[in-house]
Amino acid sequence: MPFIDVNGEQLEVDEDGFLQDPEKWNEDVAKYLAKTEQVEELTEEHWKMVNYLHDYFKKYQIAPMVRKLCKDNGMDLKKVYELFPTGPAKGACKIAGLPKPTGCV
Amino acid sequence: MPELRKTPMLDQLLDGPFPSFVKEIKKGAEKNEACNDLLGQLELSYEEKITHWKHGGIVGVTGYGGGVIGRYSDVPEQFPGLTEFHTMRVNQPAGWFYKTDRLRKLLDIWEKRGSGLTNFHGATGDIILLGTHTDELQNVADDLAHEGWDLGGSGSDLRTPSACVGPGRCEWACIDTLDIVDTLTRRYQNELHRPMWPYKFKIKISGCANDGVAAKARADCSIIGTWKDNIQVNRTEVVNYVNGGFDIIGQVVDKCPTKCISYNPVTKSLSIDDNNCVRCHNCINKMPKALRQGKINGATILIGGHAPILQSAFMSWVVVPFMEMKPPYTEISDLLEKIWEWWDENGKMRERTGELIYRLGMRSFLKATGLPAVPQMVLHPRTNPFFFWDKEEVNQ
Ligand code: HEM
Ligand code: HEM
Ligand code: SF4
Ligand code: SF4
Repeated sequence: MPFIDVNGEQLEVDEDGFLQDPEKWNEDVAKYLAKTEQVEELTEEHWKMVNYLHDYFKKYQIAPMVRKLCKDNGMDLKKVYELFPTGPAKGACKIAGLPKPTGCV
Repeated sequence: MPELRKTPMLDQLLDGPFPSFVKEIKKGAEKNEACNDLLGQLELSYEEKITHWKHGGIVGVTGYGGGVIGRYSDVPEQFPGLTEFHTMRVNQPAGWFYKTDRLRKLLDIWEKRGSGLTNFHGATGDIILLGTHTDELQNVADDLAHEGWDLGGSGSDLRTPSACVGPGRCEWACIDTLDIVDTLTRRYQNELHRPMWPYKFKIKISGCANDGVAAKARADCSIIGTWKDNIQVNRTEVVNYVNGGFDIIGQVVDKCPTKCISYNPVTKSLSIDDNNCVRCHNCINKMPKALRQGKINGATILIGGHAPILQSAFMSWVVVPFMEMKPPYTEISDLLEKIWEWWDENGKMRERTGELIYRLGMRSFLKATGLPAVPQMVLHPRTNPFFFWDKEEVNQ
């Protein structure tokens, strides 16, 4: 497994760049991951979604479904893609420090 | 280029009269490392009886949530060409008609940026491009876009709709499958490229009950061409079939699922009780010169087909016995959008539309879509007459 270097700390990520240990997540990690997902700067709107996802995962150990994620944040899917060009799963969830959602197809 | 890998077990698949994927991949292996390693890894899997692909992967291109399926080898040290081997789906043209220069361009892109291996066409209907690296994905998508191609669906989105060749070649098409698939594909680009639902949703369109794309077994929504009026019978041709020794009783009368055809051997005439005909198309297939579909055409809409995931495999079943199919296809769009809304609101993760109907009941589905309950929805209408009304609808 590859590692990323955030402020001198080595963090393990999987082959798609998802953080392996959600406990290691913090603001700086989010900023680092954001750059890998075409988000140059995390604005207030970005943080709203990122924090929501992180908290949701902490509580339920699973990522919310897309409809729920849009509803709970008062955003439509188009807005989500404007903020996170690589989408809610690959972009937003990765930045929020969630491990990769599993599934084959 | 390293030596071609030794694959004694795979080589057995070269024997016999059948087409062989081993033969095709070997051709690729001469010029591409990934193809060579692909054979090597599969041989290893045959020896060890275990897959060497990792479980899933999330990769993609900008602005799209679907279209690319991430694949990684779990033994990349042994097969470096498979370290990343992602699949891309490309939206096929309606009816799978291509000009050869378009195909050449497509394959040029893929030989340059991927393994060169393709699958025309996948079960979804798409062109499947097999195997490329993460850092080539965006380049492939850009090159494709430049040539007028687009990615197809994957994940929990609207899968690339697909249709039989229909009026492009076939005399049995009751509906313009090509125009319908093209219209729906363009109309639902957002749903196709941006997964938003509990799971996948497939639309397949067949021009008649012969169901060339197996819509009934493989689509959450099957649109199948049919007719409303009576089967057209040419009496002279019926006589010709019989005089030619055709087994009209065995092939046609006895095979009619609702036993609504009768044959009089004295007058050599056939009569059909069209009110009881379920439009299965068997009789027409068996004597095409004598029998033709009716003239008032449209489609039967079925719901719920899919392979096993939460529950067992389902065949789709009828929800609208007859719907007119004229551009701009507003009626089917209205229905689809209502279904998606209901399913998205109520569905659990990985629950297909048909499974949700099983869980919440047909009544809930009908309420949400505003469709009337009709006998055609009943699995065995001739043996099971029961319909469970909603409490509020019953006068007590
Ligand atoms: C345990 C792992 C896997 C499971 C459970 C799985 C399951 C499936 C299923 C259910 C489909 C049909 C999807 C659909 O029609 O929507 C599918 C399609 C496909 N899978 Fe897999 N798969 C797995 C691994 C792989 C791997 C490792 C590869 C390639 C290296 C692969 C390549 C494909 C391709 C190319 C298709 C599309 C084929 C088509 O549309 O005809 N799959 N897979
Ligand atoms: C000889 C055995 C099998 C064959 C030939 C086969 C073939 C297929 C085909 C052609 C599809 C694509 C259907 C489509 O176009 O939608 C499919 C999908 C699928 N298969 Fe199989 N399959 C087999 C066994 C299994 C088994 C044993 C499982 C699970 C235990 C399974 C799980 C699935 C799932 C989950 C899908 C996709 C779900 C869906 O599209 O609804 N298959 N399979
Ligand atoms: S499904 Fe019917 S219309 Fe379509 S190609 Fe087959 S026979 Fe022709
Ligand atoms: S189409 Fe099928 S159901 Fe109708 S008359 Fe012919 S065989 Fe019978």
